[in-house]
Amino acid sequence: MSAAAAAADADAIVIGSGPGGATVAEVLTRAGWSVVIMEKGRNHLLDPEDPTRPAGDYSNDEIKFVSRYFLGPDPLVEPRAFRRNAGEGEHTHVGEVNSIPTTVGGGGTHADGKVPRFREEDFRLHSMLGPQPGAHVEDWPLDYEELEPFYAEVERAIGVAGRAGANPFAAWRSGPYPMPPGAPMYGAVLSSAAAETIGLHPYEAPTAANSIAYAGRPACNNCGFCAFFGCPIHAKGDPVALLTKAMATGRAQLMSETFVSRILTDGRRATGVEYIDADGATHTMDAGVVVVAGGAIETPRLLLLSGLDHPALGRHLMVHFQTIVVGHFPGLRLHPQKGRSVTHVHDDAMVQDDAARAAAAEAGLPWIRGGLVEHSGGGLPIMSARHSPWGRAHAQAMIDGDLREHMWAFIMQGEDLPYATNTVDLSPSIRDARGYPVARVTYEPGAHEMAASKHHGTILQSVLEEMGAQYVIHTSSPGVSYHGIGATPVPESRHVIGTARMGDNPDTAVCDRWGRVHAFDNVIVADSSVFVTASGYGPTLTLVALAARAAHHLAGTKPTGPVEGDSGDPADAAADSTS
Amino acid sequence: MRVWLSDQEYATLQAACGQMMPSGTGGPGADEAGVADYIDSLLGAFTFDPPRIWAGGPSSGRHGGAARFGDFIPLSRLDELAWRMRIEGSQGVPEREFNGPVIGLQQRYRDGLAALGADFVDVDGKEQRRRLRGDDDFREMLWEHCCEGMYGAPEYGGNRDGIGWSYIGVEGDVQPRGYSDAEVSEP
Repeated sequence: MSAAAAAADADAIVIGSGPGGATVAEVLTRAGWSVVIMEKGRNHLLDPEDPTRPAGDYSNDEIKFVSRYFLGPDPLVEPRAFRRNAGEGEHTHVGEVNSIPTTVGGGGTHADGKVPRFREEDFRLHSMLGPQPGAHVEDWPLDYEELEPFYAEVERAIGVAGRAGANPFAAWRSGPYPMPPGAPMYGAVLSSAAAETIGLHPYEAPTAANSIAYAGRPACNNCGFCAFFGCPIHAKGDPVALLTKAMATGRAQLMSETFVSRILTDGRRATGVEYIDADGATHTMDAGVVVVAGGAIETPRLLLLSGLDHPALGRHLMVHFQTIVVGHFPGLRLHPQKGRSVTHVHDDAMVQDDAARAAAAEAGLPWIRGGLVEHSGGGLPIMSARHSPWGRAHAQAMIDGDLREHMWAFIMQGEDLPYATNTVDLSPSIRDARGYPVARVTYEPGAHEMAASKHHGTILQSVLEEMGAQYVIHTSSPGVSYHGIGATPVPESRHVIGTARMGDNPDTAVCDRWGRVHAFDNVIVADSSVFVTASGYGPTLTLVALAARAAHHLAGTKPTGPVEGDSGDPADAAADSTS
Repeated sequence: MRVWLSDQEYATLQAACGQMMPSGTGGPGADEAGVADYIDSLLGAFTFDPPRIWAGGPSSGRHGGAARFGDFIPLSRLDELAWRMRIEGSQGVPEREFNGPVIGLQQRYRDGLAALGADFVDVDGKEQRRRLRGDDDFREMLWEHCCEGMYGAPEYGGNRDGIGWSYIGVEGDVQPRGYSDAEVSEP
């Protein structure tokens, strides 16, 4: 510890308790640091008396989680502003924009837990595929080989269920998954078979939901309330496993309902933070290191509120352009309410082949890449009812269950390219309830995203037809003109990426290769803001691995290998869980 | 149990909900499920302590575990501000108008029900539907809440005895029982 840190209230203040912040807290407390975790949302995750136990607030309750903002943010008191481009004026929408939960556990609480690794080429896109017009495609300042030990460490820490070798396109791994995959959903079994028939390669999604009892947390009991919901039994491990480990050291303090309004600096050093407590009172706290892990919208907002001025800060926002292909299967009952929401995925749209090259050429682009394709089912009762007719036809429509039992869908999380015009900045006029300027998102997809969506959406359509769909609908989020459906311009994606990119050149990158803000000696960004490119995989595991790497670098420690006595073999883990 | 609406407003709401989800059409109507009670409870959420915004957890007792949904979760200061803004509107209170005035659900319902007419309950169904079609904003809000009141957890005041779930063959909440692996993977 430096002299400055020794005099501080904490060795480190971590802002945000989601997957990135929780990871940093776990690694630093393990290394003996004192850490204060400041989370602006409430704690509905951990029992305040015993952080290893659930708080008991999560439940299978569609009204609470989907209709009433239980996980936050509530758009009335913490809104965001949105516009597609600067030509639209100050904003066209105020409210919910790419909202990630504002609560202890952050984005990990509402996710369905798919945690794929990136592949080697995701870190070297410029070298492997070359530039794209209008986009700032660059290589990352690290490669997969450097990150692999951290991937392995965090997979063990949070508990990931998967099967090594199941995905023929996957990057190499130093060991097996900590757990075998969970039960495959019936609909996913059918859609996987159809995908294989037309030459695709579906596999069991690597998922941070326990398939067996693991690290003191129970196996998932398939209740079906994964996506949008907190897990009532803590079978989802990210980030609860990391938070509880950090708390168990006795060196972590969790301050919920604590809004950090500014990072306090003195020249090149941060001295601490200014924060507002649950009662609205303003305080300051000193720290040796400040770690920002608010996600790729709130992190640049805080850095801007703190006065950081950098030409790349807030730029290159990427969200994953979602291609949604939905099939209707009147002859099947797919019971999508049972299981982990998504149990199967495929990566073929991330791989260059002749058809993708031809589609790129037709669009006048050097290359296109899609993204991870999720195999998923229909909606919950309220969601499906809202899309059903009102009046005398309603009851029969709900009994028929076309939007629940007889629907199967693919959602492709398409790779967004980093455009300097897609940004997060401070709204000139919209404030949160505390009086601070909210984040304004400026976002629209480019030619690459449109071409990739159109090409791969057509392939996905053919899979659903092979599966027996009576008809198929192809749409996207945000909506685009070529299919005429879903015209809302605000993207639904909760994957927010790339607004404080890392790189070795302090003139063009906000953070260095360790996530440290170039302008400061002791401010670290530990979330997906630092990504240089988006890939088409969910960002969670990669941001967690990067956060672990950054924290180990701070503490001068190394990632741990398998726990002593643990062979790493999922079969052994399964036997242990039942013995 | 009437919570917030006047007798006249409640009767109009009940009739409007009955048009959105009529009885005798193969499933329960809004009346049988208590959909108007759900909406009235939402509008009067702050007449309860704690306010009836978020039902408790982790289980309802319907599939094992303790019956905790009825233990509504207390709101924080910020939660209460948000939900009072949403339900009551800003009403000129500076603390609620940091981004301008907000019209709350209470006012929207009061205005929307009044616009349907004092004779709404007396006119025939065709005329009731005509009037509902005439106000898209009100009808869309009402529809959203009708769906919640028919298919949400009964502890919020609607979906009486789980009738909205049972007629479409879903169990609603299933913790702590969950589903077996076989139930997930087999037809």
